[in-house]
Amino acid sequence: MAPLSGAMAFALVSSAVASEFGRPATPAEISLWDIDVRPDGKGLPQGSGTVAKGKEVFADNCAACHGDNGVGGIKDRLAGGQGTLASAMPVKTVGSFWPYATTLFDYIHRAMPYQAPGSLSVDDTYAVAAYILSLNGILPPEGKLDDHSLPEIRMPNRDGFIPEPEFSRSRK
Amino acid sequence: MPERNGSEVAWNRRQFLAAASTGIVGGTVAGRASAETLADVPTREPGADLGALSARSKYVQIGRIPEAGPRRRNVDPADAINSKAPLQKLVGAITPSDLHYERSHSGAADLDPSKHRLLVHGMVRKQVVFSVEDLKAMPATSRIAFLECTGNGWENWKKADGNLTVQNTHGLVSTSEWTGVPLKFILGLVEKETAATWMLAEGGDAAGVARSIPLTQEIVDEAIVAYGQNGEPIRPAHGFPIRLILPGMEGNLNIKWLRRLKFGDQPWMTRWETARYTQLLANGKARQFQLRMETNSVITQPSGTMQIRPGYNRISGLAWSGHGKIARVDISTDGAKSWQEAQLNLPALPKAQTRFQMDWIWDGKPTKIVSRSIDDKGNVQPDRDSFIATMGTNALFHYNAQQTWSIDQAGRVENVLS
Repeated sequence: MAPLSGAMAFALVSSAVASEFGRPATPAEISLWDIDVRPDGKGLPQGSGTVAKGKEVFADNCAACHGDNGVGGIKDRLAGGQGTLASAMPVKTVGSFWPYATTLFDYIHRAMPYQAPGSLSVDDTYAVAAYILSLNGILPPEGKLDDHSLPEIRMPNRDGFIPEPEFSRSRK
Repeated sequence: MPERNGSEVAWNRRQFLAAASTGIVGGTVAGRASAETLADVPTREPGADLGALSARSKYVQIGRIPEAGPRRRNVDPADAINSKAPLQKLVGAITPSDLHYERSHSGAADLDPSKHRLLVHGMVRKQVVFSVEDLKAMPATSRIAFLECTGNGWENWKKADGNLTVQNTHGLVSTSEWTGVPLKFILGLVEKETAATWMLAEGGDAAGVARSIPLTQEIVDEAIVAYGQNGEPIRPAHGFPIRLILPGMEGNLNIKWLRRLKFGDQPWMTRWETARYTQLLANGKARQFQLRMETNSVITQPSGTMQIRPGYNRISGLAWSGHGKIARVDISTDGAKSWQEAQLNLPALPKAQTRFQMDWIWDGKPTKIVSRSIDDKGNVQPDRDSFIATMGTNALFHYNAQQTWSIDQAGRVENVLS
């Protein structure tokens, strides 16, 4: 976010018209903040990671809150629960509830680990996502993820959501 | 109406009957009456020095309750995920800013407004960076609107805890006057493409909370990029220096510490609109993008853990609807068998909390009191049985069933399901 010279002056002119508020955003600075990822993979950065590597990264950065193997920690359970959603005790996890694998990358990348969000490299983020998917039986232990394979994953609860009709008309 | 174990006033039945016969029932029944004659009232004396801030009276004990999740109350603040507003001690419709409920996903961000920026990009003709000063220089609007966490009411999905106050059951809703720039003005500045039907709003907090917002005409017309709350800059807990305000829509959509708006033609499916804030039905399917807060109400006086006396009681509470204005509130004092229309304290503003009240003579027999709100679009707050029949008990969010308080022979008020 390098400041652009002279940009601030625009905001303070007394005769400002609509077109004079703010300043143009440069592509370089947009890329610093443009972290969101869509289900079709748009927004995913290039990179890759293995389940094996993810197991190491998880032990170092995630297990303290989420428990070994993503179960039993003080924070959200990440694995198991498939088949429980219609029961009296539903267990909502990445494997049982999340409809898109892309969301897993997006969330880890933007918000985890809790004390230092954004501190994992892109490759380590793919690796942790791969490990969590493997804990849920969605990737094999020797599995690997990258920006092409992640959006191809079909999550078990992909069809478990009913969009609210009132807000569906603006969906494509 | 003291909370139980508090001091109780000796009820002067003769005074009540005199008041009732002259038709002036309706005033507040006094609390602890320690000045029995006017001679006991302390004499006048010079007051405190004037200062930069005005504190609440030392005689008023009022505060929020941090909690870590359903049934995990009074926790260490470090473990809290929300803090609930003391509805039973509020008397109007506006919530004081420091008592406005709080919910955050990674704490209240500490942002320097001189360094904060709002990036607007994606499907727009002009991708723009705005400073906070830019936003404050734009044409402004103000609007009184409620905010409600979609988890409000979560204590009562499966069972009722009789020890809960209304702060515990319903303290995740509050009302403020919000001031800021109409989103529509910003859309004009950046020249949003017509094909852009969704907007990603993202916070500058550690979690980078982000939600996909459908650009319906209503949302485009009513959304505000706000920097003011109740006449002052928004407080850090509520999104300083800027936040999104979407009147009537679920709290999490009103992104705090707003730093990015991105336009696109489909939702992004963030964690908060997939793994969280989707409503799990009994059949295992979940409703998604259920964004509007429904018609709701709750009696705050008397409410859980309070104690009432036989005779005159004034019932008071709050009603709100994400669809529009509160048109009517009914109160039942016989467990939803019969209903009477409550008085609304005006103005009843669209998508804002409205206070209601009604006089009631309690005959001293155990009973149940319930409120039911109806908005100007004709939406009626559902009774619990029909609500649960539709939603099941796993939905976790958007609980708006009628709230019942039971009253036993001693006048003790308790939270029950119906």
